[in-house]
Amino acid sequence: MTIFDATVEGRTGFRLPEEKSYGFEPIDVLPEHLLRDSRPELPQVSELQVVRHFTGLSRKNHSVDSGFYPLGSCTMKYNPKLNEEAASFEGFSQLHPYQPEETIQGALELMYNLQNSLCEITGMDDFTLQPAAGAHGELVGMLLVKKYFELKGDTSRKKVIVPDSAHGTNPASAAMAGYDIVEVASNKDGRVDLESLDRLLDESVAAIMLTNPNTVGLFEKDICEIQKMAHDRGALLYYDGANLNAIMGHARPGDMGFDIVHLNLHKTFSTPHGMGGPGSGTVGVKTFLKELLPVPVIDFDGQKYRIVYDLPDSIGKIRSFFGNFGVLVRAYAYIKTMGSDGLKRASEMAVLNANYLRSKLVELIPTAYSGICKHEFVLKGTKLISEYGIRTLDLGKRLLDYGIHPPTVYFPLIVDEAIMIEPTETETKETLDHFAATIATILEEAKENPELLKLAPHTTPVGRLDEATASRKPKTRWSKGS
Amino acid sequence: MPEFPYLPQTEVEIEEMLRAIGVKSIAELFTDIPEKFDVDLSIPASADEFTVLRDLKELSQRNSNLNDLSVFRGGGIYKHFIPSAVQRIAGRGEFLTAYTPYQAEISQGTLQMLFEYQTMISELTGMEVSNSSMYDGASACAEAALMSVRINGKTKILISQAVHPEYIDTVKTYCFGGNIQVDEVNFDRKSGQIDLSDLKSKLSDDVSAVIVGYPNFFGVIEDLREVRKAIPENVMMIVSANPTALAILRAPGKLGADIVVGEGQPLGNPPYLGGPGFGFFASKEAYIRKMPGRIIGETKDGEGRTGYVMVLQTREQHIRRNKATSNICSNQAFNVLLASIYMSLVGPKGLQEIARRSYDKAHYLAKRIEKMDKVRPVFTGPFFSEFVVEFKKDLSSLNSKLLKDKILGPLDLGEFRDDMKNHGLICLTEANRNEEIEFFAGRLEELE
Ligand SMILES: Cc1ncc(COP(=O)(O)O)c(C=O)c1O
Repeated sequence: MTIFDATVEGRTGFRLPEEKSYGFEPIDVLPEHLLRDSRPELPQVSELQVVRHFTGLSRKNHSVDSGFYPLGSCTMKYNPKLNEEAASFEGFSQLHPYQPEETIQGALELMYNLQNSLCEITGMDDFTLQPAAGAHGELVGMLLVKKYFELKGDTSRKKVIVPDSAHGTNPASAAMAGYDIVEVASNKDGRVDLESLDRLLDESVAAIMLTNPNTVGLFEKDICEIQKMAHDRGALLYYDGANLNAIMGHARPGDMGFDIVHLNLHKTFSTPHGMGGPGSGTVGVKTFLKELLPVPVIDFDGQKYRIVYDLPDSIGKIRSFFGNFGVLVRAYAYIKTMGSDGLKRASEMAVLNANYLRSKLVELIPTAYSGICKHEFVLKGTKLISEYGIRTLDLGKRLLDYGIHPPTVYFPLIVDEAIMIEPTETETKETLDHFAATIATILEEAKENPELLKLAPHTTPVGRLDEATASRKPKTRWSKGS
Repeated sequence: MPEFPYLPQTEVEIEEMLRAIGVKSIAELFTDIPEKFDVDLSIPASADEFTVLRDLKELSQRNSNLNDLSVFRGGGIYKHFIPSAVQRIAGRGEFLTAYTPYQAEISQGTLQMLFEYQTMISELTGMEVSNSSMYDGASACAEAALMSVRINGKTKILISQAVHPEYIDTVKTYCFGGNIQVDEVNFDRKSGQIDLSDLKSKLSDDVSAVIVGYPNFFGVIEDLREVRKAIPENVMMIVSANPTALAILRAPGKLGADIVVGEGQPLGNPPYLGGPGFGFFASKEAYIRKMPGRIIGETKDGEGRTGYVMVLQTREQHIRRNKATSNICSNQAFNVLLASIYMSLVGPKGLQEIARRSYDKAHYLAKRIEKMDKVRPVFTGPFFSEFVVEFKKDLSSLNSKLLKDKILGPLDLGEFRDDMKNHGLICLTEANRNEEIEFFAGRLEELE
């Protein structure tokens, strides 16, 4: 039942203070055609009804707080409660973006320090905290590339190279910046194929977008060669840092020669995913791109923190105000808590957990690539089809019955029937053991009763939903009597 | 090794796990990274929760927060009353720590909430379809411009100079990416509305869309019917609206808007220095396949039970890659939850009363100011809850004095436009109590 179905005319969950009206009415001034002609049909329910409705909805969700969430490429690590506590301080949440600088010195200091910490963690020279998510950061990065070549007067570079294993946002973001996308193939080891790259990398290429460790969880060992190749031919090197969780304190994109980096604070830096957002896709650059960053930038003159808009070469504004400040507070709290030792340790434990789980699972389902992995790994589910007649999807759906969120499936695109698993560092060994045991149980079920998997899940609030029909004639809103 | 509450591995377990993997040490797990990249991070070492919270509390107290101020400043972010239930329910971990609802069967809470939200936005905007959020009002506005270009294939955007300046700048940045030309249309110096004759003179065959605010940045309500009349049918009208105002204003969808966007923060979201809020994004149904962002639809499962899924995912980056309608992936779903709870609590009458009070209080103060001889209301066009006044004296020093009285005074428009020195944008909402308004009016009379 939707909240609209609970509506009873005249009911409400809200009361305003008793106050004398001054007697000004829109109807006195506005022409009739600008006055609302019908009431917006919002729900009419009591406060308790609202509380029960949303509590009921929350129970239909899986979440990190309720169970294992090994969703590859998403870094579903624990979201510390202390971060929420800090973000709820009214000295952070109750700030207006147009307050005078001197009344938000604490907020500016937080942002300035966070910029510096991120510079140190990534080896970059400057950071903007404005992008609202990873994809937004990528767009900013690609616009920086575009602006850079425009200022240089180099108008011949129209292409951006993206590996075929890249996240979909990479090509989409480069396209939004007006670039043509050239895909570079991965080799059989799951890494960028140097020969193909060599062939594709000519004077028409503005940038290469790389993810490292890449989306199959492998470190791009040839990164030094790739770096040299790119820069020798005048292209910039962009780093999708969504996977930084594997390498903190072990390697820095800046030291690898990357010119631009985006980080997902909602992954590595533990801010909650909130059902799909808000995130923060902060972008770091080397000094030569500093003047191109979006405005405003936060600066410190030794005494006061300042908001600087005057940056003539800036790409401009990419959103309103300063970014998702509430998310920045959480990430800052996390960095303060973990510190240099904790961040390094977190990466080590993320890699340990991934390799341990991988070692247990390879006995059941083959991995797509051999050798040690970083924070995540990819299994190849084709064996499920040949041996049991079930697909990766079915395995995932059956996991739901066991209270476990399925891994990312069918991504990256370069692995058939891909099963991408990222346990994160915050899970216990018992949880990993239990997961492996559950996969074993499900494979037994597949042997004996494949239908059980094909019709799964059986214990969730709804079963598999008809997405095809839903998309053919989308019903995107509630309406009375339907 | 210090203790880390978020890291469960004991030394014994680590040994066991390393053995299972077949390596001798943690370091061996990192041998694929060239040694020369090894680094010691020079940031402070880890700390316990209590020290971190103490330090952050202290940092937060170095800000003056809106709860301690009388707020007469808006300009895109507004202080409204937020019922306690909003934060209390939303804070549940099942909402906060869930990912994007890719696995529909265990995300029905998220999906149904977003479906209900889309319904509410459709109601407010008068549009047939709403997506489930964009990053903020400004980027939603920019994405609307890109969408209009996708729909009609033309290459120029006209945007009124009375649209929020940060939105104008954001539209320009996105259009720089898309190689789309942006021309600004003047506003009428008297009414504060878009200058229709300037608009007409700038129309040409390559104009894809016209963007106006409703109300605009100056608080003035654009006559959308007249704007629609002034532009040919094959040019889109994009409206950037304040959602609170929509409770009493004619829905843009009924006045010929093709796409309606805006900042959703006024709906139950704390101001947070301007983010996170969310961008709402609604359009005519005919354009749904050109829309950016996630859209939720109702459907059934095998047993005929009603459920909700993400629809038309083939528009999105994870499937369509460089041909996607947008690169957006993560959005602002949690902020949408705050808005959904808020709208459910306040209901239609509550939201209309909030809008009506904001209007009433703003018009009262404007009347008071009209009578002061050193201050002059600038625009004659109808306004909602914000209005521009010109001060004879220096506005920034006036604001400093007001701040001593714990008043966050008018937004200084001189910081946005050279031709608006000492012009202040004054904002009122239902959260400004009458006695605050009296005090503020009194201080203005004395100080000017
Ligand atoms: C490798 C990679 N890059 C980019 C992104 C996009 O990030 P966001 O969803 O914050 O836009 C993701 C997130 O799913 C990712 O995994």
